[in-house]
Amino acid sequence: MELATVPPLRRIGQRLAEGIDSTLLILILLLSMLGLAALFSATYESPARVLNQLANLGAALVAMWLVAQIPPRTLMRFAVPAYVIGLALLLAVAIAGDVANGARRWLHVGVTRFQPAEVMKLALPLMLAWYFHRNESTLRLRHFAVAALLLVVPVAFIVRQPDLGTAALVAATGFGVIFFAGLSWRVLGALGGLGLAALPLVWGFLHDYQRRRILTLLDPTTDPLGAGYHIIQSTIAVGSGGAWGKGWLNGTQAHLEFIPERHTDFIFAVYSEEFGLIGNLVLLTLYSLLIARGLVIAANAATVFGRLMAASISLMFFTYAFVNMGMVSGILPVVGVPLPFLSYGGTALLTLFIAVGILMSVQRTRQLVQS
Amino acid sequence: MLLAELRNREQEMKQFRLRVAIAGAAVLAAFALLALRFFYLQVVQHSVYQAKAEENRISIVPVSPNRGLMLDRHGVVIARNYSGYTLEIFPRRVGNLEQTIDELAELVDIQPRDRIRFKKLLAETRNAESLPIRNRLSDEDAARFVANRFRFEGVELRARLFRQYPFGEVASHVTGYMGRVDQADLSRLEAEGVAANYRGTDYLGKGGVEASYEAELHGTTGFEQVEIDAAGRGIRTLSRTPAQPGNNVTLTLDMRLQQVAESAFGERRGALVAIEPSSGGVLALVSKPGFDPNLFVDGIDPLYWAELNGNIDKPLNNRAISGAYPPGSTFKPFMALAALQLGKRTPRSTIHDPGYFEFGGRRFRDSKAGGHGTVDLYKSIVVSSDTFYYQLANDMGIDAIAGFMKHFGFGARTGIDLQNEALGVLPSPEWKQARFRRPEQQKWYPGETISIGIGQGYNSFTPIQLAQAMAALSSGGAVYRPRLVAHIDNARTGERRYFEPEQMHQIPVRAEHIEFVKQAMAGVIKEGTGARAFAGATYAVGGKTGTAQVIAMKQNEKYDEKKVDERLRDHSLFIAFAPLDSPKIALAVVVENGGFGARTAAPIARAVLDYFLLGKLPAGLRRAAEDEAAEKQESD
Repeated sequence: MELATVPPLRRIGQRLAEGIDSTLLILILLLSMLGLAALFSATYESPARVLNQLANLGAALVAMWLVAQIPPRTLMRFAVPAYVIGLALLLAVAIAGDVANGARRWLHVGVTRFQPAEVMKLALPLMLAWYFHRNESTLRLRHFAVAALLLVVPVAFIVRQPDLGTAALVAATGFGVIFFAGLSWRVLGALGGLGLAALPLVWGFLHDYQRRRILTLLDPTTDPLGAGYHIIQSTIAVGSGGAWGKGWLNGTQAHLEFIPERHTDFIFAVYSEEFGLIGNLVLLTLYSLLIARGLVIAANAATVFGRLMAASISLMFFTYAFVNMGMVSGILPVVGVPLPFLSYGGTALLTLFIAVGILMSVQRTRQLVQS
Repeated sequence: MLLAELRNREQEMKQFRLRVAIAGAAVLAAFALLALRFFYLQVVQHSVYQAKAEENRISIVPVSPNRGLMLDRHGVVIARNYSGYTLEIFPRRVGNLEQTIDELAELVDIQPRDRIRFKKLLAETRNAESLPIRNRLSDEDAARFVANRFRFEGVELRARLFRQYPFGEVASHVTGYMGRVDQADLSRLEAEGVAANYRGTDYLGKGGVEASYEAELHGTTGFEQVEIDAAGRGIRTLSRTPAQPGNNVTLTLDMRLQQVAESAFGERRGALVAIEPSSGGVLALVSKPGFDPNLFVDGIDPLYWAELNGNIDKPLNNRAISGAYPPGSTFKPFMALAALQLGKRTPRSTIHDPGYFEFGGRRFRDSKAGGHGTVDLYKSIVVSSDTFYYQLANDMGIDAIAGFMKHFGFGARTGIDLQNEALGVLPSPEWKQARFRRPEQQKWYPGETISIGIGQGYNSFTPIQLAQAMAALSSGGAVYRPRLVAHIDNARTGERRYFEPEQMHQIPVRAEHIEFVKQAMAGVIKEGTGARAFAGATYAVGGKTGTAQVIAMKQNEKYDEKKVDERLRDHSLFIAFAPLDSPKIALAVVVENGGFGARTAAPIARAVLDYFLLGKLPAGLRRAAEDEAAEKQESD
């Protein structure tokens, strides 16, 4: 009876808002808006890209809302299937990729195609969080060893594609879960030492072009036609933006087509040139708030699964943002990593919004437990 | 108990929150680092980058290098470049493609096939900056477009170098052809780390020497720094790092010899490989039918492409290195050598040839009904007795045969500097085991050894393997890697790199045995199956005819050429070397469905040897050569 007194529109509104964390929603909408502004500037010749991205955003929001409605307990059930499917897809791409030479990262599904590595970005942390959750009370070092194996297998596949950038990101996210699950500091220290010692070995395994990218970072002028050109031009874009920026749609670097990939991986160069240091600080602040909110959700989460997911997703946002901005401003090598919520691209956006949906789901469950 | 667990939980939670706090601090520290970097770039260094951005009206434009030439052993040009105008469309700058092309068609000659090709390119290449709509414009068309340029935003006239093959179809499988850099090429170039060198390059070698020596021929891309206006149009060139032309590749091939060989083939299908025994240098390499590589130069026209691919003669297939044929009786000299070396026969041992060899209740028929009577080793080669070799193979056994023939390179890639070389099959029990799946198929039956003796059965070799083996036999057992390139020259510095002959191994066989087989092969030409084709030859030559069955005959069925469909007729083969004492050339000829080896393959070998040793040109080519010489005199 009481329900009837509430106007129907408000009821729908309430239902829609249920389980949605307004802080997270506002932050990612702000970020997406900045992205659309930069995208419009980067592709001013063909506004179709902006409309496309708007459609992507709409779809991503729906996905986020749906995921936010699913309690973490149910989400956990997706962990093993998602991981297994992700692995199978990576295997398929490794096999089918050999046939269709040159399209090794992509898998054709009907009319569209996608990168199976994208699935792993969330499937791996899901799997690891589920695994630690299940073995919560009996956690030993060997569980960490199993977790490491669960991490290494998909990452090895992605490395072999070869897509070193995505591999590093997936590995970082998975490692985040292991770190938050409580891997002892001593082992962490030992691993760090080993990693440093193994660096020369890794160097030996790199493809020639990957080595060149790293060397190019140290001296961009050695490769003026290839990756060095990208670094030189994007650094000029950032630097010439100055404190206040050249103003929206006034960036010359972007509009004279000096910036490569300017609507995807290098969109930060466009943004930075037009909005300057102030704009960059705004962006960093938004990311910091987003990550902080995620970490707070993690700290208050009711279950091991919830807190590991929330913490590792926050760390994932950080890694992507840091690697991308570091690359564009010339302190990290050029790898194909999009800037979260700003770069053009439907799949990446979908992954990010689903991740936010998971954060919301974790946050919501905590409230239910408390009340 | 409960309390302990609770405390444990609390402990764990504290641990976790500590880690979250540490992670948060790390995030802040990293972002602070980024903020510092931004501050450095945007405030401290701002004026520097501001200036650079101002200056950054400079665009870097790649300058594609001239592709190296391809020459034959006498310096005759086989592949060169010529410059021509091409009309290119920048799809991203053009509003309505269809309409633009229609308007262009009013000015310049644009055929439906040009449109088809353009559409195909557009569909195939993502993110391409510009695509050609019309190549090789006439001067008039070019002038007409220039006068109307203002009407066409996003369409530009460019001068470009095109590849040209003056000999057309001749040696097309050696030269290969040029094709557009496609997505697969791009990722390969990326993986090889040379993608930057291909900025500005639209075409690369596909097949033949163009592909296998792509790295030599391509050259190094240069670049120009061009000042551009606010709309991105070039105003003037500021600095220039010139492109370095590709290296010139000189082949061991003799183009005239190649022409002689190809014209001797006429319309027949097949392959010929001629090798210099002392070096492995390939003198001629024919695969018929061929194709005209000039038609690939500006992006192959889809109609011709469909024709080439749909043709049942498979003109794109290089039969000389990737076609495998049963050797037929050309295998016999090698069998004879094996028999001598392994002590299974002596020059004096004889057999009686009744016209068949009986084994396990089955008769293996000789090609001559009634047989050749008493046959010794010499006569067995000269008259090509099947019975002799049925018996020999049976006496030797498959393991001994396979073990000896391996030395000659049968059933293994020769390593010639071309891509897509086939393996061929040197049958052995191990090979059969690996080749088949069902156990009853995997077993080697002694009866199968018998037909191997006359080069039938599972045996199948590529023409280049046959030629290499012939060269090895004629030169006393030295096996050289066949190769097409003699030397590579840097046109700018004049530096020349020779490709030294590469001897892969020496076959352990006694010189007197080789001499015996060579004499027997000379007998084939003087008094045996090759006598008619070489009637009146003034040089000493050794050879062997061969006929390879395409379909298996039933035991008592008689092969009747007229009754058999043309494509199922026997292949005709011939191997030869000359001169007898110090061979300068060894060759193998295969004519598909050519019938008896003596009839179609041997005359082709004769024409090649006549030119190579005596300089004698066949009638058709003689006239062409005379015209050429007359022209030369006039211009001198």
